[in-house]
Parts: sequence; structure tokens; C-alpha cells
Amino acid sequence: MTVFKKPHALTDAPFHYCPGCTHGIVHRLVAEVIDELGIEGKTVGVAPVGCAVMAYDYFSCDMTEAAHGRAPAVATGLKRANPDNIVFTYQGDGDLASIGTAETVHAAARNENITVFFINNAIYGMTGGQMAPTSLVGQVTQTSPYGRDPSLCGYPVKICEMLGELEGPEYLERVAVNNVKNVKTAYKAIKKAFQNQIDGRGFSLVEVLSACPTNWGKTPSEALKWIDTAMIPYYPLGVYRDRTAGILPDSFKEGTV
Amino acid sequence: MVVFQEDLCKGCSLCVDACPKHILQISMTRINKKGHHPAECIDQEKCISCAFCATMCPDCVITVER
Repeated sequence: MTVFKKPHALTDAPFHYCPGCTHGIVHRLVAEVIDELGIEGKTVGVAPVGCAVMAYDYFSCDMTEAAHGRAPAVATGLKRANPDNIVFTYQGDGDLASIGTAETVHAAARNENITVFFINNAIYGMTGGQMAPTSLVGQVTQTSPYGRDPSLCGYPVKICEMLGELEGPEYLERVAVNNVKNVKTAYKAIKKAFQNQIDGRGFSLVEVLSACPTNWGKTPSEALKWIDTAMIPYYPLGVYRDRTAGILPDSFKEGTV
Repeated sequence: MVVFQEDLCKGCSLCVDACPKHILQISMTRINKKGHHPAECIDQEKCISCAFCATMCPDCVITVER
């Protein structure tokens, strides 16, 4: 009996990612959920610019490519033109949290009925390890060789917290893929994000804390530990907004203005 | 038991860290088509088919059977 095999929604193309890059795990989780929900035939994915730019080669559902950062805008068009399709975007932090912040915020504010996967690895991977908006304070990158200095570069952007303050979005959760338990939680979050769209509830975003061993200058094992010791303390895991379940940020609770 | 599609393996060793039975290792004597030392199982008898290795594998190298 087969307990575990490659999901059907992934093609046979080998991933081009570096050894130990957790993009592969997230790709697989998305594909597993597509398999489980049986929506491969009507799913359309939007690939970003960044390390995952060739995601269209890896998913066997329909895929399209968006201009840098504009995946939520392209997904909005796809979903509005064909409301029966299930539309998801798969974006990194350079795409979603930097050049595409406006599209992300406004898609969330409009509560567009799309699903967004945000892969946060705190660095620009594809271009060779420059500082990203999500790079941690003190993190050494190619463009911050003495560590990120907040007086010069500001503080890292917390997308889930930021979007949580909007009236619009339905579901925001931050997960990680650095150990088996967190991967299982990530699977559930991704499934919920797709289910919300099938049920017509609106904008769902799952932020996945991901490793970039190559540009962090760590071994794959050290990189996963670094997520635990450095990233999760700054980017706490959990559900930031789930309107149907009544989980809202404090500012929305009764008694606060 | 675990089956490795060895030519896809990049030798990142995340499966080795995840295995609760410590029966996986990176082979230092072999090299696959990509030029990496692939992961291998040293004792299939001890495998409990928990699929932790496959869960952590970023490259879908591993198929788990019972």
C-alpha cells in the first residue's frame, strides 16, 4: 500500500530550486490540496516573478504568469471573468510584499474571492540575496553587509498583521514549513484557503515562513532551525483573521474604537 | 519502506533530520545524475512508514509504502 507519493497536480518536471529550499514543500502542499479537493480541472494558478517564476512548469493545472507583483490583479481578472474557476497566486516576499504591496492590499480590501500563497523567506532569493522588506533587523544580506539597520532601512513588514486591520479579507494565517508538525498545519491552512474560495467567502492569504539556505549562508538543516529561532519570534504563527470563525484582530472587538 | 527516486535528490538531508528511526543517511560513496550525494535508507526493516521524510522532502524524491 502506498502511504505517500508525489501528488497528481504536480508535473514530472524536477524543481529547479536550490538544495533544501522549502519552495518544493509548499508546491507539494498546494498540489496535495488541489488533489484532495478534486479541483485540478478548474484551477488556474498565477505564477509570480521571483524564485517561483517557473511554477507554471510544476503545477499540472492551468497556470499563467503575471508581471512582477501584479499576481493578485491578474487573479482578480481571471476570477471575475470566470467565477467558476478556482484561482490562486503563489508569490514570494519580493513580489507580494515589495513591488506588489499595492495590489495585495487592494485585493484584500476588496475581499476579492481569490487565494493567495505568500512565501516569506526574508530575502530576495532569485536575484542573489539582497535585503527584502521582510528581512529581519540585523540580518546580513548582500545589500546590508553589517546587518539590517532600522534607522536606515526601516523595520520588516508584517503582511498578515497589516492586512488584518482591513475590513475586507476573510482569512489570514501565518504558517511555517520547518518541521513535520508545522508542515501539517500549513497543509490545513492551504486547504482552508482553497475551501473559502470554493464557498465564495472571499480573500484568503496564507503566509508561509520558508527557508533560503543558499542566500542565508546556512546548511538546509541550520536554515530550518533559524526559522524557529529568528523568524518565528518576529513573525508569530497563527490565524490572524478568520471572519467566519469570528477570529478578528483586537481593534475589531467590541469595546474598542 | 521508503523508495528514493535518486536522480531527483539534491542531498539536502532534510529527510535524514526528520527520520525518527535514524535509518536515512546521505550516501558519501555515490553521486547521482545531478552531481549530488543522494539520500539512502540503510535499514528498510526498521522503517515504520511514518512518511516524515517524504513530508520534509522539498523535491518529492520519496515514495513511502507499507
